[in-house]
Amino acid sequence: MFEVIFLQFLNGLDKGAAYALIALGLTLVFGTLGVVNFAHGALFMLGAFCAVMFRQFLTLETVTIDPTQTSPWGAPLEIRTPLVQAWFGDFGAVLVNYSVPFSILITIPIMLLLGIALERGIIKHFYKRPHAEQILVTFGLAIVAQEVIKSIFGPNPIPQPMPTDLRGAADIGSWIGFQANVITYPLWRLIYFLFSAIVIGGVFAFLQFTTFGMVVRAGMADRETVGLLGINIDRRFTIMFGLAAVVAGMAGVMYTPLLPPNYHLGMDFLVLSFVVVVVGGMGSLPGAVAAGFLLGILQSFASMTQVKDVIPGIDQIIIYLVAVVILLVRPRGLMGRRGVMES
Amino acid sequence: MANFMSRNDLLLLLGFTVVVLTMPIWLTPFGAGYPDLLQRFMIFGIFAVGFNILFGLTGYLSFGHAAFFGVGSYAAVWSFKLLTLDAIPAMIFAVLISGLFALIIGFLSLRRSGIYFSILTLAFAQMSYNLAYSVLTPITNGETGLQLTLNDPRVLDAAIGQTFVGQPVPTLLGQQLGGYAGFYFCAGFLILSFFFAQRVAGSPFGMMLKSIKSNQTRMQFTGFNTRPYALSAFVISGMYAGLAGALLAVTDPLAGAERMQWTASGEVVLMTILGGVGTLVGPVIGAWIIKYFENILSALNDNILTQFWSFLPEGLAEIVVKVTSKFVGDGWHLTLGLVFVIIVIFLPGGIMEGVRRMAATARRSDPPGAKSHQHQPAE
Repeated sequence: MFEVIFLQFLNGLDKGAAYALIALGLTLVFGTLGVVNFAHGALFMLGAFCAVMFRQFLTLETVTIDPTQTSPWGAPLEIRTPLVQAWFGDFGAVLVNYSVPFSILITIPIMLLLGIALERGIIKHFYKRPHAEQILVTFGLAIVAQEVIKSIFGPNPIPQPMPTDLRGAADIGSWIGFQANVITYPLWRLIYFLFSAIVIGGVFAFLQFTTFGMVVRAGMADRETVGLLGINIDRRFTIMFGLAAVVAGMAGVMYTPLLPPNYHLGMDFLVLSFVVVVVGGMGSLPGAVAAGFLLGILQSFASMTQVKDVIPGIDQIIIYLVAVVILLVRPRGLMGRRGVMES
Repeated sequence: MANFMSRNDLLLLLGFTVVVLTMPIWLTPFGAGYPDLLQRFMIFGIFAVGFNILFGLTGYLSFGHAAFFGVGSYAAVWSFKLLTLDAIPAMIFAVLISGLFALIIGFLSLRRSGIYFSILTLAFAQMSYNLAYSVLTPITNGETGLQLTLNDPRVLDAAIGQTFVGQPVPTLLGQQLGGYAGFYFCAGFLILSFFFAQRVAGSPFGMMLKSIKSNQTRMQFTGFNTRPYALSAFVISGMYAGLAGALLAVTDPLAGAERMQWTASGEVVLMTILGGVGTLVGPVIGAWIIKYFENILSALNDNILTQFWSFLPEGLAEIVVKVTSKFVGDGWHLTLGLVFVIIVIFLPGGIMEGVRRMAATARRSDPPGAKSHQHQPAE
């Protein structure tokens, strides 16, 4: 029995990690700029499509016809070589194989620039406007982003293979003293969890231990005073928006092998991650992370057949149900600060 | 009559009625004069008018109204299946059920305001949607959607000995509701809905709702309990959504869960904002524009575009066709999203505000004598 529970716990981790990463970015934006960003799911989706784009670029091929050989159909054999392989040899092959992790390298600058452009271009004008209008404009932006992606990459999901060495499952059970092959866990999910732990740790460390982070935290607490001290807090907050976009984008990149991305990926995750944010408490970074993992794991437990037999359909609604209960009983969420968005 | 409605209101209602009823005539040149589309104009007009009663008057932004729309559809189809093929019982049944549904969801959601309210309604709507797809399949027929069949019991119809041959379709007192009959049936409801919304907005009750929007805390300090008012507005707009959903089921007796998805809730928000939130006519216009362009733009393809741009020089025309084709056909949502973003940024009051601004500019250029009638909008 313990094995089953432990396995469900593990199964919840990767989804929980994705929720936590998106919710972390949402909370960063909300906590710094005070903007309710409905386009954040779209940033996750755009990140995923950075990976798609990178791979499509890497797998551009040259076709050479070898007249000395024939294919089984009798025609001259076509030899397809990816350009990178032609240029870089073995390194190119590795590059194609590891395209998903490598695409993080291009995702970071793209998402950073995109985030900063978005903030400077549009969201800047919405600081003083009501939250309803912020929701509306970012919702519109999300539609635009999703439709642009649809018109470029088409409506179908595009599978992204994971690196060949990282397929298969890890026998986690045997590492911690269970029998072999009782608790196995797909390797990539484990990597996703570790990756998210590193990113989350990195964001917290950045905010906690750098001067920049200290100023940002001060600005989150009292923007006006920090501004009066002669610090250009707006510029730092803009960078934080870019950082939130980067976090969402990286979360999207690494998620592609688990779920082939399509254009409405962002909308699918958006609703859930908003629920995660309010459960964790608006404006609380640890709350967002904790709630992300909590809801991911809860969802995983709710999909167990034993649970579904008792309460049919619970796996479909558990997250929303938890959100409703939390909001009604404890509107601040799990770790929300007093007075943030309360009414 | 003077006490009942002001002259302006009466004129507005009269004008609205004329515009709606003559739609089949004046929309024909625009390629929209066919009943199927006109029915949708009416149905989504009702949906938007109802949504505006909540969002426009009280300022509560609900992202879950599609749930009531879907519940209305399901209730209507069940009434067709179990009771009778007549439309009237189905409408009543649908409005009551969706009202009850709205009462429960509204009672819980209205305990919070602002973004929390939006998230709560969103969560409830997604719950209904997910359940309709999974566990509630016996009621909703899951992905296939709920349909009428020949073997449905139809207790009332059976009691009066009415039988049908072929595919059952909804009727009104024995008349089939297809084509223009369906349009006028829906149009009647739209006019009624508009009239009711007008009465609500002009009543003391509507005044209360507007004051909730402008400053709820002050209302509470003055000793008003605002929640029953907000809840009534929520239930009324939920009933409007249910009515619209039922009408959709009347014109096309098939109810599917995708009507309840949150993007469908988003659509009614778009309609209301595009037309002008808080105005009476705005949401209807927004609904018409969105439905019209959805129909027109999504039907365009590369061939039509090539013809349209054929006056341009060869190479340029190809580029222009390539660019514009991204915005029509399947890509029409991109156009919608862009227009919506631009409206929210530059014209938060929607089309109605645009009209008002233009009228104000026109009036300013008039000689000063004409200024006496000018109505100063409160800032």
